[in-house]
Amino acid sequence: MFTIADIFETNRMIAENNLDVRTITLGISLRDCGHPDLKCFCDNIYEKITRTAENLVKTGEQIETEFGIPIINKRISVTPIAIAAESVKTDSYVPIAEALDRAAKAVGVNFIGGFSALVEKGYTKGDIILIKSIPEALATTERVCSSINLASTKTGINMDCVREMGEIVKKTAELTRDRDALGCAKLVIFANVPGDNPFMAGAFHGIGEPETVINVGVSGPGVVKRALEEVKGCDFSVVAETIKKTAFKITRTGQLVAQEASRRLGVPFGIVDLSLAPTPAVGDSVAYILEEMGIESCGAPGTTAALALLNDAVKKGGLMASSHVGGLSGAFIPVSEDAGMIAAVERGSLSLEKLEAMTCVCSVGLDMIAVPGDTTANTISAIIADEAAIGMINNKTTAVRIIPVPGKAVGDHVEFGGLLGHSPILAVNQFKADKFIARGGRIPAPIRSLTN
Amino acid sequence: MKVVVTIVGQDRVGIIATVSRILAENNINILKINQTILDGFFNMVMIADMTESKVQLATLQQVLGETGNQMGLQMKAQHEDIFRSMHRI
Repeated sequence: MFTIADIFETNRMIAENNLDVRTITLGISLRDCGHPDLKCFCDNIYEKITRTAENLVKTGEQIETEFGIPIINKRISVTPIAIAAESVKTDSYVPIAEALDRAAKAVGVNFIGGFSALVEKGYTKGDIILIKSIPEALATTERVCSSINLASTKTGINMDCVREMGEIVKKTAELTRDRDALGCAKLVIFANVPGDNPFMAGAFHGIGEPETVINVGVSGPGVVKRALEEVKGCDFSVVAETIKKTAFKITRTGQLVAQEASRRLGVPFGIVDLSLAPTPAVGDSVAYILEEMGIESCGAPGTTAALALLNDAVKKGGLMASSHVGGLSGAFIPVSEDAGMIAAVERGSLSLEKLEAMTCVCSVGLDMIAVPGDTTANTISAIIADEAAIGMINNKTTAVRIIPVPGKAVGDHVEFGGLLGHSPILAVNQFKADKFIARGGRIPAPIRSLTN
Repeated sequence: MKVVVTIVGQDRVGIIATVSRILAENNINILKINQTILDGFFNMVMIADMTESKVQLATLQQVLGETGNQMGLQMKAQHEDIFRSMHRI
């Protein structure tokens, strides 16, 4: 039996250190919803999503109450719409995004992911229509999230799409300028995207996934920070061990919630995503963990090493705690969603270039970065290309979620609200890559793709 | 199903009596009680069996929550699996 100390430790993690399950995400295949008529297709997907996810929120809330562990988000991911909608005879997928939005509202989830296309090697007809529909789709809907995979270690980088996505990001910002370019916070551009990621805005139901699946994302930066406070001054072996043990406990909670959700909903369990996902709440920050390790302010020299240790120890600790691990699995470093990252930018210790270096050793990429509104489409494309290259060469997932806020410049502040947080505008290197981006074509797959 | 009842707060007369009465009225059997006073603060963990309970866990949580508020204490009931999964392999 567990001890009184075990019980109070668990409840302290939840009450004081913001331990929570960040998301239960229900993946739903839409591959059987195809229809040449747009309205019929929209009806099909609305009916399938609302029927399949009918009890998702209620079940999540029941688990939350019974176990006393907060489950912050209940969400849905669907088959990439570029695939599901390919046979629809239309030149815009905006009405499909609106149908997804209505379905999300009907079942009470705060985000639905999968307005997506996988184009790392080139476009199909559906991919072209989907990408062109993104700005308007994100401007007219509230809960729909969009993602594009434009590079992979196996195939190289689709530089035509890199160029186009710079323009799409700018257009999305322009169409949502009245909301500080909020549309861009719902658009993620990936390399090596996983098909079982439960976290938004990049979640979609991958093409190798079953009909339906439950994926769970855990969290708990505050718990790791608290554990490290107990080992001040100890060497890195002790630091790594402490993080591993903490990550194990956090992940066991995620595994329990995933199994319960799977059993109660009658949906197969997919994976637990071993991620440290921060929120803007004080004490729920990845940057504070790095600072607890001895970095004066996140972004200072030593930050990349600290993050590498953290990321690796989280995976090692979490791996044994779950029967199936997947998704993004690692520490997230979204700037606007992490109180410590925001403070580091304000202090001047954290720059875009340092964040890029950090993405080489952590979970994802340049995430929730607000940049000046006059940043050009080509510069955004070049930033995307750099991240895609890091992902491609290092055989890891990278992503860009960048927000060029119209009318704002370095020194200004932008407020997205809720879990998306707030951020100072980060400076962008003013030298150009226009001729580089104008070339187009594909960057060939790297030598490490030839593993057979 | 087993539940873990935790009570934390300023010590006073009748805490265990009150909680025991609530559990008994609902036919919930107490298996184990562990209680200490630290610096005047009351800390208690109770493990109870709800197999024959007259009420669902959600109802018990509500009753304990309200009683806790009246007595100035934090009273919680949780499914034991949250602790089992975290602390036992």
